[in-house]
Order: sequence, then structure tokens, then C-alpha cells
Amino acid sequence: MVAGRLLAPLDRKLLRDLWHVRGQIVAIALVIAAGIATMVMASGTLNSLTETRQAYYERNRFADIFAHARRAPAGIVDDIARIEGVSRVSARIVQELLVDMPAMDEPVRGRVISLPRDGDPRVNDFTLRTGREPREGYPDEVVVLQSFADAHGLEPGDTITANFMGTRRHFVMVGTALSPEFIYAIAPGSFVPDDRRFGVFWMNERVVEAASNLEGAVNDIVVQIRRDAAPDDIIRQIDTLLEPFGGTGAYARTDQPSHAFIEGELDQLSVLASIVPPVFLAVAAFLLNLVVGRLIDTEREQIGLLKAFGYGGLSVGWHYVKFVLAIGVVGVVIGMVAGIWLGHSVTRLYTGFFHFPFLHFRLDFGTAGIAVAASLTAAVLGAALSIRRAMVLAPAIAMRPPPPTSYRRGLLERAGISSLLGAAGRMVVRHVLRTPVRSALTSLGVAFSVALLISSLFFLDSIDRMLEIFFEDTQYQDLSVSFVERRGDDVANDLLHIAGVLAVDLHRSAPVRLTHGTRSERLALTGRDPQASLSRLLDADGDEIVLPGQGITLSNSLATSLDVEVGDILRVEVLEGRRPVIDTPVTLIVREYVGANAYMRRDALNRLLQEPPSANAADLAIDPGFQETIYAALTESPQVLGVDRRAATLERFRALIDDSMVTTILFYIGFASTIAVGVVYNSARISLAERGRELASMRVLGYHRHEVALILVGELALLVAAALPVGCVLGYFLARGMATEFASDLFRLPFIVYPSTFAFAAIIVIAASIGAALLVVRRVSRLDLISVLKTRE
Amino acid sequence: MPAPEPAREATVETAFRIGSLTKTYQVGETEVHALRGIDLVLPEGELIVILGPSGSGKSTMLNILGGLDRPTTGSVRFHDTELGDLDDGALTRYRREHVGFIFQFYNLIPSLTARENVALVTEIASRPMQPEEALSLVGLGHRLDHFPSQLSGGEQQRVAVARAIAKQPGVLLCDEPTGALDSQTGIAVLETLDTVNRELGTTTLIITHNVVIADMADRVVTFADGMTTEVRENVRRKAPAELTW
Repeated sequence: MVAGRLLAPLDRKLLRDLWHVRGQIVAIALVIAAGIATMVMASGTLNSLTETRQAYYERNRFADIFAHARRAPAGIVDDIARIEGVSRVSARIVQELLVDMPAMDEPVRGRVISLPRDGDPRVNDFTLRTGREPREGYPDEVVVLQSFADAHGLEPGDTITANFMGTRRHFVMVGTALSPEFIYAIAPGSFVPDDRRFGVFWMNERVVEAASNLEGAVNDIVVQIRRDAAPDDIIRQIDTLLEPFGGTGAYARTDQPSHAFIEGELDQLSVLASIVPPVFLAVAAFLLNLVVGRLIDTEREQIGLLKAFGYGGLSVGWHYVKFVLAIGVVGVVIGMVAGIWLGHSVTRLYTGFFHFPFLHFRLDFGTAGIAVAASLTAAVLGAALSIRRAMVLAPAIAMRPPPPTSYRRGLLERAGISSLLGAAGRMVVRHVLRTPVRSALTSLGVAFSVALLISSLFFLDSIDRMLEIFFEDTQYQDLSVSFVERRGDDVANDLLHIAGVLAVDLHRSAPVRLTHGTRSERLALTGRDPQASLSRLLDADGDEIVLPGQGITLSNSLATSLDVEVGDILRVEVLEGRRPVIDTPVTLIVREYVGANAYMRRDALNRLLQEPPSANAADLAIDPGFQETIYAALTESPQVLGVDRRAATLERFRALIDDSMVTTILFYIGFASTIAVGVVYNSARISLAERGRELASMRVLGYHRHEVALILVGELALLVAAALPVGCVLGYFLARGMATEFASDLFRLPFIVYPSTFAFAAIIVIAASIGAALLVVRRVSRLDLISVLKTRE
Repeated sequence: MPAPEPAREATVETAFRIGSLTKTYQVGETEVHALRGIDLVLPEGELIVILGPSGSGKSTMLNILGGLDRPTTGSVRFHDTELGDLDDGALTRYRREHVGFIFQFYNLIPSLTARENVALVTEIASRPMQPEEALSLVGLGHRLDHFPSQLSGGEQQRVAVARAIAKQPGVLLCDEPTGALDSQTGIAVLETLDTVNRELGTTTLIITHNVVIADMADRVVTFADGMTTEVRENVRRKAPAELTW
């Protein structure tokens, strides 16, 4: 009761103390807020994405296992449904088509998926967004993937012209739909989503059946399994069942492109949520240690007085804990608001890439609660040592002034640089060296902000380098064409006869399973000609290599995932045609950043497949003046499955980076500046508070304001200068870790940090530091010269 | 307009000429009239002791003479310069070139040694003596490389004296220079000030409320309630060693 009455004025003191150091409090609160905001944003987005995806998958019965065959009897469904652990099976016909969109130069890749006749709940069902499903007996009606329809401004009733199974046809769009298979809609073989260049078209089964000559047969099976079932086992059994029908190997959800992409994104979010916030909290804890330590020093006599009045150590401690908690709460509130706002923005950004029927940011209360608790705990722990000092301070000692700040001759003199510095220089260096731990931590704080910047900015360098290697160092073709069916080598002459085609490289690719010990990968094995002039393969040193006549050549990422080295024997199972199986040595490993690829000489692959010299894809160099007629010729050819323009892919990739990376990098610049400002501003304020008397004395002795300010700035400059190289080294290693973390099946990043990135990070941090220092330097002019002379420190 | 030149009549030049000086502070919501119209002429080369109780305005006047504060009304001339007309930068230059300060609490820079504390001033002065020479003058030639925390109070104050005289200032302003010292140490410091005044001819103002110190002055000015109540000249200046309190 008595304590309650007595504490009230103490609480008023608390509020006034807080107001007195409000600038510093804001700086610290913002650092805490940045940590909370990152965590709230990342965990909330992670949760929203995971839950939305989960609900979407369940509602639309997204498959667990995917399998493709050349031609399987429709009755295969029943055999697969009987496999132990399988809960639901749908069979469909999936085909490729080439759409002729008036707004596009080049023909657009599309995929056709059949809709079964019966009304059974379908695995991989779509969600109709507008219009209706195609009616039986209307063979022209299609439902189109909504992202494609939106990208082209298609409305129900619009006509689409396409080259489908060798016939030019006009379809009528009757509806748009979303599908869990195409949340991330990416064309086969591509690694950039492009809503304009990839469409999905759902048609009635009868239409697709007739066009592809597959009456009573299917070529694509999607399977749901029971939660407790083992997918590997079921995959093996499905492979056995489909083998006679040209099965190309079933695969689990983890290898489904759309699903894999979202997984990658979720992984990155959880990395963000787990790595970044602790950095902010550590910095905030350090800053609170600094500020509360200083507060307790200046309130030494008041603490003595309070104790003399009968306040116990605990009451005094609690008083300062409340001070820290108040700052923590301000940070938490700002962080929550900012985190929710950021979460909404990021989620909105995601809706551009991921096509969900709905996606809303939802605050993850559990994680947010943990974030709040962690922040407040870190804040109190940061200040704990200083608060303990206040608690154990004996009143009699507290009310005496503290012993004079003692300096001794030290490092400076031993190093012999003392004489090189003027008096001001010595003041700076001695003050920094007098509290080595605090100086080092201040520098480390600034170094963190440099490191944080480098670890985000390097992505641009690495992606830039990856694009350079992929699109400029190794590929020179203008167009890549794939054929519906394997073609004899004379197809090269056919292509060269099209006006404007300057050069042709033929390729043959075939689905294979590569096995080494217990590791196994499904992919397309590419047969290349050694004399191919429109693309090349590079070894680890970046030198061009020529494919050897024997064995198999792997990209480095594939070699890693199969755990093979040059000379190891690989089992190659071809998953089409006569399905030959051979054991062959790995003869070379090439350095590639995109995809996991395997190569052989084309003649060797043709021999392995027991077929005459032939190809199913070609790279073309063309005369740009003939581009349109070449497109027209290719689109009209029933043999052409798809045409990709290298420049368009590159363009799209750059646009994707601009959309996503630039925003992310702006966040990081904001975060890093928050840390730099928080650390430098607080350190400057503490320094000014500790040395106000000295600095005022110098003003009295005839030093100008700018000369005195220079002492303050000099100290900060010294700490920031020390932080820059440390931050660059920290940033380098952090970035290297992130690059490794970032590697996915689709592409990996060559790890590179350009010197300009180090420079840019340094400039941002220096600019933030200068800004913070200027805020404090203003206070030098307000130093009270007279009162400082009248009072004892 | 400069005043006519009555000072020329005397053989001694005038260091400060103070006319109708007032200083009013706003402290919270009340006005404090620290100086209520001071007229005073302080001749060059003298050792002047200013006496008065706390709050009598003596420190305020010292601050104005030292260029740390500005008069509210009236005139303060240092030789030919009207201090009230100087802007902040010019006041800083005035302090730098002409004024040596000594304070009750020494105000040494703790991170600098005795020699470096003196060098702090000699680095920016136009015709300084060597720091070592200044420290020898105050009897600290053997403690050059000690930090303030390694020196006694009296030694610290003597470093402050050395720092003040090293620039060879026109005027030495001492605000309670012995206030924090025991009498024996205080007298040692006063001896130093006396020596400097005699040997270098530096006009020296000492503020104190210790009446005994007045005996070592050429001239004693007594303050009360923001005004001068008495200005007297001592017939004989006592040596500091003769003083006791």
C-alpha cells in the first residue's frame, strides 16, 4: 500500500526520464520494431501461404504423385487405385499446343488438359473463376488458366487460335479457372514464370482424345495417397504398372514445379524469420545496455537518495526495468503495425506470382507473441547488468560523486602514434580505447548493418552473373524450337530453308532416370553435337569443353545431388521407346547454374535409343529482319511444339527481378539504416553526455563549435571506419551462406559480390551514420558553457 | 562611437572599461537581475580581487568579461573592443586570443596528460609559450605526463593555471580558484597566480568570497546584490605566503 503511494511519483519520474531521452528511445524502438516487423511479416506470410495452400490443395484434391505415359488404357486407373495406400486416382490426357496470340510476336506455349466425362471428384480439380465448364458436344469450348486470360485481356466468348496436334484450330473461351497444379504457372523447361507466355487449356476429354488419337486411352495419371502411405513405394508400383505403356517415371509432389517453387519461397521466408530478427534484438539489447548504463550513472545521486528514503534495491531495479519495458513496448507496437503492413504488401506482391483463389495476410498470433516476448526479454537482459549496478549501489556511496574518470598511458603511447595526433586526436583515440568493449560492440553494431546490406545486395550481383553466364556466355541462339515428334536429321535442312534462318543446331532429349547407389534423379538427357555453334558447355574454370564420344556429362549440381565424380559409373534408364538401360562412366562435369542437366553426344544418344540420326529440338540463329515470317512458318508447321525466344526469357527474368528483388532490397536498406542510425545516434548521444563537460570546457578555452564537434564526429568516424571492413567480411560470409541456402533444383546462384556492392553498402551506412551524427552535433552548439564550469562532474 | 580618452591621462592603460552594465536572466518564470548597473575601470597589469557573497553577481560579471555571456544593457570594452558587439565566432576568437580561465573545479580534460592539457591551448594560440615552460612556471615540470586522475587537487589546479597562462593571455580570469582546495594548497596556487601577475604583467581577476585573499590584490572590488558597493586600492600587496585562513 505504502509502496503504491510512493511509486506514483517514481512513475512520473520514469515518464520524464523517457521524454528526456526520447530521441534515443525512438532510435532503439525502431531497431526493435525492425526485428518484430521482419518476424511478424515473414511468419505471417509464411503461415498465410502455407495455410492457404493447404486448404486449396485439400479442396481441389491436389495430387501427391504424378505420372505420365505414352498411351495407357483408361482401365489402368483401377489397377492404380488398388495399390495399397492410394486413396484417389484421376486419369487424363495432357498435350502441348502452340497458341497464336495476336499481341505477341512469337507463338505461345500452352498445355491442354482433358476434363473427364464422368462427374467424379477429380484429383487436381480446377476452380472456375468466371464463365462455365465446356459442354459436351461443343468441341471448341475451352476453359483457360486465369492468369493467361488476364495477361491477354481475354473474356468469355473470345476466340483463341492454336496449333493443336498438327491442326490449326479456333477455340472459344467459355470460362477461366485456377488450378493447384499451376499456382506458380511455369512453362516446361522454363525457369521464369510468364503469364503471357504460358497458358493452360481445359477441354472435354472426348475432344482431346480425338485430336491426339487416344480413344479409350490416357497419358497422364494423378494420384492422391493416404496420409500414412509411403510415396516411394507407391511410385515404384505405379512405374511397374505403366512401364508397358511408355511410362516416363512417376514422381512425388516435391518434384512438381509449382509446388517446388512455393516450397523454395517458404524456405526463404523461414530463413528470413529466423536469421534477421535476432540480429536486431542483439543490437537493441546492446543499445539499451548503453543508454540505461548512462542513465544510471547520471542518476547515481538520485538512486542514493531513493535508497536513503527507504526504497529497496528491488524497487529501484523494477523502476529501471519499467524504463526498459516502456522502450520495448514502443518498439513492439511500431513493429507490429509495420509488420502487419509489410505482411499485407508482401502478400500482395505474392499474389502477382502465385495464383491462389484467395490469399490474405493473416497475423500469426503465436509467432507474434513469441516475437514480443523475445523482444522484451532481450531488452531487459540487455540492460540487466546496468540495472543490477543500480540495485546494489550503497546509498552512502551513491550520493558521493563518482570517482574521476581515470586514464592511463596505454596503447597509444606504446604504439608511438601519440605524438602524431593533436590534442583533439588524442582525446578521440583515448576515449575509444578507454571502453574497448563498448567501442568494439558499437563498431560491431554498425558492421551488422553493413553485413545485412551486403547479404541482400549481393543477390543482384549473383543473379546478374548467372544471367550473364546463362544467356551470354553459353547460349547464342535466337530461338529454341521443340518438335512434337522425333525428326530425322534432314529437319535441319527444312529449317535452313526458311528465309532468314542462318544456322541450326539439332538436339535430341529423352527422359531418363540416373541412378548412383541409393541416389536417383529423373530428368531429360540432352544429346548435343560436338560441333554445335549456338551454345556451349563450360568447365569449372569457365573454359569451353567438347563433349567426349563416350560416357555421360553432368552439370555440377546434378553431380552433387547424385554424389558422383568423374570416372564413377552411372546407371542410365531411358524412360521412353525401347527403354534401354546402360551403365556408363561420368566423363566430364560442367559448371551450370540453371537446372540439373545431363549431356551425351547426339549420335551416341541416338545409338543408345536404337534410332537413326534424329532430333526433337533445335537452336536457331536468325536474321532479325525475318523474325515475323519465321514465327509464322514455325507456328503453321504441325511439327513444332514450342518456340522460345532467348531475348524474351531474359527480359522476363529481368522484369521478375525488378518486381521482387528491388522491393526486398529497399526493405533491407531501410533495416540496415535503422541499425546504423540507432547505433551511431545512441553512441553519439552517450559520448556527448559523458564528455559534455570536456567539450564545453574546450569551448570556453577558445575552441570553435566545429572544432569541438569534430572531436565527437572523429570518435564516430573512427568507430564507423573500423566497422566497414568488419562488416564487409561478415557480409561476405553471410552472403555466401545465403547463396548456398538459395540453391534450388531449378537454379543456383554463382556466388559473387562485386566491389561496387561493398562500396554501395558502405556508402549507405556512412550516409546513415552522418545523418545520425548531425542530429547530435547540433547539440554541441547548445552546450551550456557557464553551468558546466560551476558544477563538479 | 568610442568614448573620449580619459585613460590617456594615466600612465597605465585600461584593460576593461565597464559602463552601466546590467544582466537579466530568465530563470523559469522569474526574472533575475544579476547585475544592476555596474561602472568600473580595471587597469592593465593589476591583480584585482572581486569579493562578494553568493548571488551578488560577481561570477556573472566574470563570465561577461570572459566572453562567455553577453550584457543585457550597457558597455564592456576590452581595450578598443566592445564585447557586446561580438558575435559567437568573434567571442570564441576573443577567448582564444586574450583570455585565460581558471575555474574552481579545474576543468581539465581527463583523457589528456598535464602537458597535453596545456598543449590543448597552445595549439590554437598565436604566441604561446612551450607547455613544459608553463608547467615549470607553476612548479609541475616533473609531472608532465601524468593524467588528471593521477594528480592531487592542488596539482590539477596548477595545471589549470599553466594552461591558462601558456597562451600569454591579456587577462587571466579566476573563478574561486582555491574554492575546492585546502588552505595550504590554495596558497600555493595563489602564489603561482601572484608570480604570473608580477613576472608576466597579466591583468588578473580573482573572484572569491574568501575575504583574506583580498590582501594580495592591487585593487579590491566588492559586490552585493548585483552592484559594486566598494572599490578600494591596497597600499601594499601582501605576498600569498603571508595569508592565512
